[in-house]
Amino acid sequence: MLKFILVKLAQLIPTFIGVTIVAFSFIRLLPGDPIILLAGERGISPERYAQLSAELGFDRPLVVQYWDFLSGLLQGDLGTSLVTHTRVVDEFFSRFPATVELSLVALLIAVIIGLPAGVIAATRRGSWIDHGVMGVSLTGYSMPIFWWGLLAIMLFSSTLGWTPVSGRISYLYFVDSVTGFLTIDTLLAGNWDAFWSALHHLILPAIVLGTIPMAVIARQTRSSMLEVQGEDYVRTARAKGLSNFRVVMVHTLRNALITVVTVIGLQVGLLLSGAILTETIFSWPGIGKWMVDAITRRDYAAVQGALVLIALIIMLINLLVDIAYGVINPRIRH
Amino acid sequence: MALLEIEGLDVRFRTTNGLFPAVEDANLSVDKGEVLAIVGESGSGKSVSMLATMGLLPWTAEVSADKMAFDGQDLRQLTSRQRRKIVGGEMSMIFQEPMSSLNPCFTVGTQIDEMLRQHLGGSRKERKERALDLLAQVGIPDPKKRIGAYPHQLSGGMSQRVMIAMAISCNPRLLIADEPTTALDVTIQAQILDLLLELQQDTGMALILITHDMGVVAETAQQVIVQYAGRQVERQEVKALFAHPRHPYTEALLSALPERAGDQARLPTIPGVVPGQLNRPSGCLFNPRCRYATEHCRQVEPKALADDPARTLCHYPL
Ligand SMILES: Nc1ncnc2c1ncn2[C@@H]1O[C@H](COP(=O)(O)OP(=O)(O)OP(=O)(O)O)[C@@H](O)[C@H]1O
Ligand SMILES: [Mg+2]
Repeated sequence: MLKFILVKLAQLIPTFIGVTIVAFSFIRLLPGDPIILLAGERGISPERYAQLSAELGFDRPLVVQYWDFLSGLLQGDLGTSLVTHTRVVDEFFSRFPATVELSLVALLIAVIIGLPAGVIAATRRGSWIDHGVMGVSLTGYSMPIFWWGLLAIMLFSSTLGWTPVSGRISYLYFVDSVTGFLTIDTLLAGNWDAFWSALHHLILPAIVLGTIPMAVIARQTRSSMLEVQGEDYVRTARAKGLSNFRVVMVHTLRNALITVVTVIGLQVGLLLSGAILTETIFSWPGIGKWMVDAITRRDYAAVQGALVLIALIIMLINLLVDIAYGVINPRIRH
Repeated sequence: MALLEIEGLDVRFRTTNGLFPAVEDANLSVDKGEVLAIVGESGSGKSVSMLATMGLLPWTAEVSADKMAFDGQDLRQLTSRQRRKIVGGEMSMIFQEPMSSLNPCFTVGTQIDEMLRQHLGGSRKERKERALDLLAQVGIPDPKKRIGAYPHQLSGGMSQRVMIAMAISCNPRLLIADEPTTALDVTIQAQILDLLLELQQDTGMALILITHDMGVVAETAQQVIVQYAGRQVERQEVKALFAHPRHPYTEALLSALPERAGDQARLPTIPGVVPGQLNRPSGCLFNPRCRYATEHCRQVEPKALADDPARTLCHYPL
């Protein structure tokens, strides 16, 4: 198992280098200049521009700038934001918990609903339940997040008044940040009202963000279950006189999970990108919203740093998925 | 009273081209401790009729029978809970493809244990000991080590041994072995067959052995059913069948045996293939391949005569 993990880690190195190149070039390929944007409407004199450019190191060849970025990265230094002059790492991780909380809850909702829905659809194949599950998930899958998000706000927040329109928690409450997850921090503080407020704010964006993964998980679970149902070993399980429940939940689902877990892992990347849209719609103070701002201002350091961090996190999660995959699939482990 | 008695078994599959009759009017009766062989080419419905007996066919199958009784209990009337007591416990089955018949996610021990827990119970320790005994009994070397192995770590022959251990774990009174050696190396085939027959002798269970191989039939069975394109064309005691085959198909199968072919350089074969769903001939299903076929055979479907103990499905039994 240890060897398996080490090999997987080694395989990540080229990917990581590729990511740094992409992150570095992406923001510089966009038209627009951070110094001019920083100067704003007053404009800037050519001398002052040259001076700032030299101070920030933008006058050096790109290769040198990239090398600077990469060597800083390897020492754990992501640079400072051009706009706020705080360290990119600090900016990132002060907002990251909000995004993680949103994404985790979204994924949780997606799994809790998507997985059983897929199992039920597969066991009742061809019934109205099956058609219903597949129809709903196809709709969910095809719904653009911003459209679905606005629709949900209009219905549940504006018309029905069930949930707040934006933000993470009511401004009435203040809780110390321990984990950065407001739902947990409020509980740690023992403040129930604040917890309900946080949950209340979280639920709608999480459902919106979780809709596509939920649809994907439901469909994948259904098709894997159907595939596995036809396997010889499922017939063997029936031939043993086991209950239908045991045949489905132990013998079929266990094998179907192998592909479902991979698909869930792939959703994590999509979740983070979906989070950017969702955060923008719901004014959720996470990295999504922050990155959109940073891109608008061509904040090179912030954008490239954030991209590398996000890529690292996704790579790490994929590694965890691979390990989970090895745990549930003995053929990989040995 | 026979242990397993089946009369008039029909199995039809719902397909996109309508109903396909995979088994028609199958009859069978096995006594306690008896070995019955079912022979026939690929596609003749051997597996399907036994899967129907075990209740293991997929949902696209329609099964009907005039009689289907295990030890006097009507299998058609049982609730699924009652049926599950019999299936796996009193009547168990091993399959054609040992490598894919074991669940890849669980160890050999877990899969045997699951069966024991379902039908025999006992403490965890007792079950583990029983599992080790079973593995030793089916000739698996070093059972203590193999009990923790995953199926992909086993060869085909080993997998089939594990399947056999599992199938006999709850002391069944009937074991159905569906071509247990077809997927295995020739050298392993004989070992597995010997093992099955030895277990059958030791435990006194009845055995239904499905096979293509007339040679195997001669060595093992007391009763033989010959099946062709979903129909039983003849059933006889093994000695009588080898001495006087009644159906031309049986005769053709026998003459394909090396020891019967004499000194011919090439073994005789039966020309053509078993008709499938789309190319069913009119009249007798065997007529396109039968060397005795007449116009009558091509027009009229034969019926077994009531006074023929072999129930030969032929207009002109040999
Ligand atoms: N699930 C199914 N759906 C449709 N047709 C099926 C299904 N299972 C089997 N059949 C058909 O039923 C017929 C009999 O199949 P069966 O597996 O019983 O043959 P067999 O005698 O066991 O052959 P083999 O020696 O190859 O195992 C075949 O024509 C097969 O195509
Ligand atoms: Mg078969």
